Amino acid sequence: MRLKNISYAVALLASSGLSTVASAASWDVKITNLTHGVYFTPLVVSAHNSSTHVFQAGTTASSSLRILAECGVTSNLETDLSAANNHINPASGPLAPGANTTAMITTANNHLSIVAMLLPTNDGFVGIDAQEIPTAAGTYTFYAKAWDAGTEANNELMDTSGCAAGMAGIPADPTSAAGTGGGGVAGADTNTTVHIHRGVLGDSNSSGGASDLSNTVHRWQNPVAKIEVTVTP
Amino acid sequence: MKFSIKIVFGILFIGSLTACSDSGDDEEGMSRFQIRVSNVSANQPLTPVAVVLHQSGYQAWSLGSAASNGLEKLAEGGDTADFLAAANADATVSSTAVGTGVIVPGASETITIAATEKTGFRLSLASMLANTNDAFTGFVNHSVSSMKVGESHTVYAKVYDAGTEANSEASGTIPGPADGGTGFDASRDDLIDKVTIHAGVVSVNDDLASSVLTESHRWNGSVAKIEITRM
Repeated sequence: MRLKNISYAVALLASSGLSTVASAASWDVKITNLTHGVYFTPLVVSAHNSSTHVFQAGTTASSSLRILAECGVTSNLETDLSAANNHINPASGPLAPGANTTAMITTANNHLSIVAMLLPTNDGFVGIDAQEIPTAAGTYTFYAKAWDAGTEANNELMDTSGCAAGMAGIPADPTSAAGTGGGGVAGADTNTTVHIHRGVLGDSNSSGGASDLSNTVHRWQNPVAKIEVTVTP
Repeated sequence: MKFSIKIVFGILFIGSLTACSDSGDDEEGMSRFQIRVSNVSANQPLTPVAVVLHQSGYQAWSLGSAASNGLEKLAEGGDTADFLAAANADATVSSTAVGTGVIVPGASETITIAATEKTGFRLSLASMLANTNDAFTGFVNHSVSSMKVGESHTVYAKVYDAGTEANSEASGTIPGPADGGTGFDASRDDLIDKVTIHAGVVSVNDDLASSVLTESHRWNGSVAKIEITRM
């Protein structure tokens, strides 16, 4: 009996040893925008190791995350993640409300991060960070929250004159539902680390009021994305 | 050694007996589930709850896809007839049930559903938030096949936007007591004709002067606590 236990333990060790040998799996990562009136800018979908993080709640955003959350720029994060297996911009452009796209990644890594700017917002982004993905074949479902990068005031004012880190305003409105002439909703963030977005306020005045955003179009409640990962070992 | 082997066999035998009684059969060979729906909203009556017990295949709705006509009628006016007729016409549906009436905030209703099948069960459930244009709560394809008799699952259901009616919150468009307006309207005039997560209502107290809703009709996350027990 004791001998049996030992041989069983050896078998277990052998199988766990095998599983640590990096064998590539293919992931189909289906991402659905669950909002009613907010776009996702080009998505960064990354399969990486357990020590990599794209963002962490309660931690100051990296400069690469900041430029993604404020302007939708993916190239800086792509450079940061050069050792990972990535699929950048699977939707070939923004992902509309209710729409879905599928990123395809072949990887020996076990952790998945996904980020994209929420547009129109100042520095809101949809994301999951370093979600562990099982190695066994199957489809695994996750839901993503809306995050605030903590790097820009949520003034909710359109400014389509350009975009740079630290520049106030919302750079674009793919919904065409935003107004103009708002007075500004909020000053600098109290919490300057990555935190759960409090949502946008908006208003019903398209040529004034506090916000350029619409209170019937641009609001959301969590979750804002559904993520279905199909693993084929 | 012999002694320990006998004990192992004894345990296996008891285990298999337990597995038999766990299959959920009652005297008539039916599998039964009890579903208790509690309205945990501030001021959103829930219209009669439609429950579908089914196998893999039936799909009440999909996030990011257009609502069926039956779901549109349920989400705009609380009418479950077409939603349940479509379910009953689906070969993978075992049985359907509907609540006896509106569940007001703070109240609950217990609905029982049963089927002759033994395994592979999933539950789908839907109910309208009456003081909205086309918001509904519920879930699809909640697996209950591995539940043992007496075991319970608790789900705080999300609130969805059916995508079939504009969220105008305008007088005459909301069937609940906040307005007493029209329920179902066949036109699809929402921003997008797809089921999504509802953004919540705005209300007259939050700079939507044309809204018949007040701040009390808002919610955050979930409006229904749903407890599923295998009988």
